[in-house]
Amino acid sequence: MPQTLYDKLWNDHVVRQEADGTALIYIDRHLIHEVTSPQAFEGLKLAGRKPWRVSSIVATADHNTPTDHWDEGIKDPVSRQQVETLDSNIREVGALAYFPFKDLRQGIVHVVGPENGATLPGMTVVCGDSHTSTHGAFACMAHGIGTSEVEHVLATQCLIQKKSKSMLIRVEGQLGKGVTAKDLALAIIGRIGTAGGTGYAIEFGGSTIRSLSMEGRMTLCNMAIEAGARLGLVAVDDVTINYLKDRPFSPKGELWDKAVAYWRTLRSDEGACFDCTVDLRAEAILPQVTWGTSPEMVVPVTAVVPDPAQESDPVKREGMERALQYMGLSPNTPIKSIGIDKVFIGSCTNSRIEDLRQAAAVLKGRRKADSVKLALAVPGSGLVKRQAEAEGLDKIFVAAGFEWREPGCSMCLAMNADRLEPGERCASTSNRNFEGRQGPGGRTHLVSPAMAAAAAIAGHFADVRDIL
Amino acid sequence: MEKFVKFDGLVAPLDRSNVDTDAIIPKQFLKSIKRSGFGPNAFDEWRYMDHGEPGMDNSKRPLNPNFVLNQARYQGASILLTRSNFGCGSSREHAPWALLDYGFRVILAESFADIFFNNCFKNGILPIVLPKEEVDALFGLTEHTPGFRLTVDLAQQQLVRPDGHVIGFQVDPFRKECLLNGWDDIGLTLRHAEAIREFEERRKQQQPWLFA
Repeated sequence: MPQTLYDKLWNDHVVRQEADGTALIYIDRHLIHEVTSPQAFEGLKLAGRKPWRVSSIVATADHNTPTDHWDEGIKDPVSRQQVETLDSNIREVGALAYFPFKDLRQGIVHVVGPENGATLPGMTVVCGDSHTSTHGAFACMAHGIGTSEVEHVLATQCLIQKKSKSMLIRVEGQLGKGVTAKDLALAIIGRIGTAGGTGYAIEFGGSTIRSLSMEGRMTLCNMAIEAGARLGLVAVDDVTINYLKDRPFSPKGELWDKAVAYWRTLRSDEGACFDCTVDLRAEAILPQVTWGTSPEMVVPVTAVVPDPAQESDPVKREGMERALQYMGLSPNTPIKSIGIDKVFIGSCTNSRIEDLRQAAAVLKGRRKADSVKLALAVPGSGLVKRQAEAEGLDKIFVAAGFEWREPGCSMCLAMNADRLEPGERCASTSNRNFEGRQGPGGRTHLVSPAMAAAAAIAGHFADVRDIL
Repeated sequence: MEKFVKFDGLVAPLDRSNVDTDAIIPKQFLKSIKRSGFGPNAFDEWRYMDHGEPGMDNSKRPLNPNFVLNQARYQGASILLTRSNFGCGSSREHAPWALLDYGFRVILAESFADIFFNNCFKNGILPIVLPKEEVDALFGLTEHTPGFRLTVDLAQQQLVRPDGHVIGFQVDPFRKECLLNGWDDIGLTLRHAEAIREFEERRKQQQPWLFA
């Protein structure tokens, strides 16, 4: 019987299965960061248990770390304690690799894993972080887990799971100039909703997906969780294999050839059955901007803010009204007329080299509007930062009035000092526009890096296609 | 984990969809390296008039009178009634820790986000999915009946209203057993340690690059 990619990955990791479908799933890669791991390490210790396989662990500090004045360390004592707790836990337990604060290869865990070849096709990848779905771009069964499950994986190298349903999101055609994987992700969420993928593993397929770079595929799978799906998947092809060649933890020599032969089988078979299929045309997708407090509250940049009065479902209508009030917006306001205070280019969604190149292409020879108080460019890792500097991108950002920062999660969730003040409006390349996400009272509009750059220049949202 | 036994609790309504984990427990409280003490900061941004930070004396902070859980009639509630996609967003287990610490043992909703749903079971919270009609009816009853309570019987998979009306619900059999017995997942899994080791050995042979 033809199998989906998800079927293949699932079957390859079942240690044992109960009659009701509850299965023990083996975990190949365990990514760890400072926020969701301390209680797990503590629990392990209290129970007198040892970690099962420390060579599965790759760890880094990212959520709390500052993005400037690294020479001054972490000023917030509570943040510092969390990062130091990770240091001591990893020192005690061990790991395949640890990239601590200030390490050259430190960065956002979902950027660090793939760029070091620590994320390989066919793996199960877990992390106490919902955006672990990112790694599905490499045909990995990758998803976020809670801290109890972090402890479970540490102790047993397994998770207790039930198989999800499968959804194919098929995108055909060519994305227009200035339209990126981020716009595609937002358009998909706009279409199926933030709960549209709940209970599903989503595979992204079609010619549009195949034409995306690994960076673009990571952006797309990263946002699968915002559509409610625990995991997103893209099949292996030459783009995947070429990306992984010669990465530090990628297999070498004979093992590489053997691995590649297996990896090439990691795609859905012809005629494989999905529980649900959604079709989109790439040409129909325009640059997207969110207007509300959920990623599904999204429209093309050419549109206006929706009017709750047009919504027939009373719960939805109230949700829209509440969102508009929080966002300080009125119905029917053209998106392009909405002014912004800050710009954030970064996060596990959009802080890779291609994202920085796309933003820099828009910013080159231009400058941010004076009304934009702060524009941050935060590379996803030390390696991304170095690559960008080698290409001279940092100079373009700085000349455009951006601050060029050290790597980390930064203003995506504002656990460090980078944040919005109450009422401030931000064009952000991150993944969540929830109330208070980027700082209490802050107003987040999710966009692509190119659109964030365009907004920085204009001082309000602008159609990047008019600039390129 | 504490056993989940049949109990009777006060119901509090939170009539919103898409309540995200940032709203349940804002990020500044995730810096704690402990599992407990998150209750006073559950729904912090909605619950208080001022901005909360770790280390504040929450008993002295001004409460938001418009936030439903602050109403006198819902104090001591242990059952939270809400709408669809509850717990969406981050995987932070601090969200169920905060709800549990606040006093909630049961959450009734039209639907839940996947990771949050899973995290609840690991902490002795029972998340129950109900059809929209039942949720609508319960919101009506909660609003119009001061002190509205429900009896939650996990063994029978039933919610019993004070008027005797019984609402059946579904729960995964394995998770039900774990909750009823207060079992530790890790202990259960380690009973299969031998099977895990065998699987791991096979995997090393088949995909040696994963163990290099």
